[in-house]
Amino acid sequence: MTLLSLNDLSVRLRGRAILTGVTLDVTEGEFIGLIGPNGAGKTTLMRAALGLLPHEGTSSLAALPPAARGRAAAWMPQARDIAWPVTVETLVALGRTPHLGGWQGIGAADRTHVDAALDTMGIEGLRHRTATRLSGGEQAMALIARALAQETPLLMADEPIAGLDPANQIATMQVFARLAAEGRAVIASLHDLGLAARHCTRLILLGDGSVAADGPPADVLTPENLARNFHVSAHYATTPHGPVFQPLEVIR
Amino acid sequence: MRPLALTLSALVAVLFVVSLTVGPAGIGARDGLAALILGGDGPEPLVMREIRLPRALLGVMIGASLGLSGAALQGYLRNPLAEPGLIGVSGSAALGAVLAIHTGLAAATTLALPMAALAGAGTGVLLILMLAGPRGGSITLILAGIAISALAASLTSLVLNLSPNPYAASEIVFWMMGSLADRSMTHVWLALPLMLAGGAALLTLGRGLDALTLGEDAAEAMGLRLARVRLTLVLGTAAMVGAAVAVAGAIGFVGLVVPHLLRPLVGARPSRILWASVLGGAAMVLAADIAVRLVLPERDLKLGVLTAIVGAPLFLHLIYKTRGAQA
Amino acid sequence: MRGCVRPSRLIALGLAFALAGATARADTAPARVVSINLCTDQLAMMLAAPEQLVSISDLAADPHSSAMAQEARGYRINHGGAEEVYLLDPDLVLAGAYSDPATVAMLRRVGLRVVQFDTARSLADTRDHIARMAEVLDREEAGAALISRFDARLDALRSADTRHSAALYHPNGYSLGAGTLSDGILRAAGLMNVARSLGLRGGGTVALERLVMAAPDLLIRAAPLPGASRSEAVMSHPALTALITETANMRITSPDWICGTPHVLDAVETLVTAREGLE
Repeated sequence: MTLLSLNDLSVRLRGRAILTGVTLDVTEGEFIGLIGPNGAGKTTLMRAALGLLPHEGTSSLAALPPAARGRAAAWMPQARDIAWPVTVETLVALGRTPHLGGWQGIGAADRTHVDAALDTMGIEGLRHRTATRLSGGEQAMALIARALAQETPLLMADEPIAGLDPANQIATMQVFARLAAEGRAVIASLHDLGLAARHCTRLILLGDGSVAADGPPADVLTPENLARNFHVSAHYATTPHGPVFQPLEVIR
Repeated sequence: MRPLALTLSALVAVLFVVSLTVGPAGIGARDGLAALILGGDGPEPLVMREIRLPRALLGVMIGASLGLSGAALQGYLRNPLAEPGLIGVSGSAALGAVLAIHTGLAAATTLALPMAALAGAGTGVLLILMLAGPRGGSITLILAGIAISALAASLTSLVLNLSPNPYAASEIVFWMMGSLADRSMTHVWLALPLMLAGGAALLTLGRGLDALTLGEDAAEAMGLRLARVRLTLVLGTAAMVGAAVAVAGAIGFVGLVVPHLLRPLVGARPSRILWASVLGGAAMVLAADIAVRLVLPERDLKLGVLTAIVGAPLFLHLIYKTRGAQA
Repeated sequence: MRGCVRPSRLIALGLAFALAGATARADTAPARVVSINLCTDQLAMMLAAPEQLVSISDLAADPHSSAMAQEARGYRINHGGAEEVYLLDPDLVLAGAYSDPATVAMLRRVGLRVVQFDTARSLADTRDHIARMAEVLDREEAGAALISRFDARLDALRSADTRHSAALYHPNGYSLGAGTLSDGILRAAGLMNVARSLGLRGGGTVALERLVMAAPDLLIRAAPLPGASRSEAVMSHPALTALITETANMRITSPDWICGTPHVLDAVETLVTAREGLE
C-alpha cells in the first residue's frame, strides 16, 4: 500500500528553487533514510510533503484534510520544542491528539499506546520527570516516543538521532527498522551515513533540490555519488556484522 | 485536577459573598444578604442589588475574562510573559472605548461601547501577533507590547483632552488603572454577552494549545488548523478583554499572575490552565476589589494599583528567569 | 521779616496740606481696576463705579460658571496672564487666594498692587467679602447698601425648619460638607446637609452607598456638561435614579453656588421654594 506519493513536487522560496520536480512513492515496510549535504532541501522536502509549505506538484499527504493527515503521518521536526514544563508522560500523550474526538480526553486505549511508546524507547523511568529538565538526548527520546504514540502508518522525522549517544542512536534506528518490518514506513533525514547504511532499507539522496539517487544503500552510497554530492571519499564494506561505512577524506 | 477545581470554585464563591458584604454603607453581613435576596423596603435592598451585586458580579466576570485571555495568549505565544495588559491589548481596548464615548457613539447605541472596545482589543492582538508572533522571543514580545501600550495610551490621552467636557482629561487614570466603583447592572448586561461568547471561543482552544507545546510545525502536522486557532484567539481575546475594559478600564497583571500561579498545580498543561484561570482570575479580581474597599474606603483606589503591586514584582521575577533562556 | 512767620505763608502751607490730604484721599480710589478671578469679577461688577472696572476674566462671561454672564459682556475680557494684565495699565488687580501664584508674584514684582480674596466658605464670608471689596474699591456707601439688602433678604428667607435633608451630588460623587459655601446655602434654606452629617469637612467624595442609605429628601446636582465623561456617568446610576423617584431632584444653577456674592441668596430662595414643596 502506498503511504506517500509525491508527484513533481517543487518548492520555491524567495525566488530560489529549493526543490525541483521530486517524484517518489513510499510503501509499507520501508525505512527510508533521507540523506544529502546541508542545504540540499531535506527538511523542505518533508515539510512540503506534509503540506506545511506551499508547493507545486502534488503530495498525497498534503491533499488530506488536517485531521486525517494527523492520523496518517506523524512528524517530528528538527527543532525540539517543548514549550511548557509538562511531564514526559503528558508530552508523549500529546501524540494521541489526532485520535481524540470532540471533548474527550485521554482514554484507556490511548494510555496503552503511550505506555507502549515509552517502553519501546526505553524511557519508562522518565515518565514522571519534567520534560524541560531532561538532557537534550533524553528530550529527543521523549519526542520520538510522542511520534510513536501517534500510531500512524507513516512516521517522518527530521534528524531524530542528532545529539543522541551511540547506544540510543542504534536503539532508535532499530526501533524504526522494526516499525517498517511490522508493516509501517519511516522516513528519517540523517547525517550519519553509517547508521543509514546499516539500518535503512532504502536511501534517497537529495542533491541540489532534486533526487540524485534512490535505492538500497549499496546502490546509493557509490563513490561517484559521494564525491559529487558530499565531496567526500569513504570506505564501504559488507562485513559479517553487516554493512560498515566510514567517510574518510574531503574531496574538492 | 478535580480537587483544584473544587478549591478554586469554593474560593470564588466565598470571595463573592465577602464582596457583597463589604462597603461603606455599614450594612451588617446577614442583613445585607437578606436584603439582597428577599428585597423589601428601605435603602438596604437598593444598595445591595444596584450597587454591591453588580460590583461583585463584575469582579467575577472581569477576573474570569482577564485570566482566561491571559492563559490563552500565553498558550498560543508559548510565552509566560504574554498578558493582555502588558502586551497592549487592554490599552487598545481602552482607546476603542474612549473613542466610542467621546464621539458620542456610545450614547447613540448601547452596544457601541463594548463593540468599540472589542475592535480596539482585536487590533491590539493582531498587531502583537504580527510584530511578535510565535516565532518571536520574549524581548520582541515585550518590546511590541511597550510600543502598542504607549501608542494606545497617548492616543487615549489625546482623545480625552480634546473632549469638551472638563472632567474628561483627568479620566485617563480610570482607563489606565481600572476601577469597579459605581458600576451598575447596566454594565453587567453590557459586558456579559461578549464575555460569554469570547469565553466559549477561547475554551475550545484547549486541545490546540496543548498540541502547540510541541511547536507550530508538529502541532500543525497533528491536524491543528493554525489559522483557525489564531482567528479564534484574536476574536475570543478581543471580545473578553474588550468587554472587560469597556466597563471597568484596563486592569493589568491578572492574566500574568493567575496562569503563572496555577501552572505548577495543573502540570503545566495549557488546556487545564485555561479552565483554572477562569476561576483563578475571578478570585484574584474579587480579592483585589475587596482589598481596595478595606484599605482606603473613602477614596476610589484603582484596582489596577493593587494588581500591579502584586503583579509587577512577579513580572520582574519572570523576566529575570527567562533572560538566560531566550533572546 | 525776621523772627515771625508771615500769615500768608501759614495759609499757603495750610492750603498745601489740605490739598495734599484731598489728593491723597482721591488717590486711594483706584481708577483702573482689573479682576482676574471669577468671584472678584462679579463682586467688582456689582460694586465698582462707572469706568472704574476696566477688565474682568473670561470665566465671568461663561454662563456655565458666572451668574453675571450677561453683564460681563459690557467689559473687556482678560485671560489672567501677567503680561496681558500689565498692558491694561491697572492701578489695582483683584485676584483670588488660589489664582496662579506665579502670575500674582509677577504682577507684584512689576509694581502692581494685587489684592487677593479668599474663597468664601460661608454666608458670613460673603458679607465680609462685600465689605472688603467696597473698601478696596473705595465704594463704601455702595457696599453698605448691598450688605443691608443682603441681610434683609437673608432674614426673610432664613428658616429654623430642619426637618428635611438635602444632598449635593456632583460627578465623581463629589459633595460639599461642613465649612463650605454650599453647606451655608443649604443651612440658610433650612435644609440639613447630608454630607455634613456623614462627617465630611470641605469638599470630598461621598460613596454612593452612603448617599442611598441617608435617603435625602432633596438631591441637588449640577447641570450636565457638554460632551460625555465617565465622571458624570455615576449621575445616571440606577441607584441614584431610584433615589430620585422617591425624593425630589433639582438641578442647580451652578454659577449662583460658586462664588460668595449676593447671588447665593438666589440659590437659597430656590431651595426654600423646593423645600416648601416637600409637604
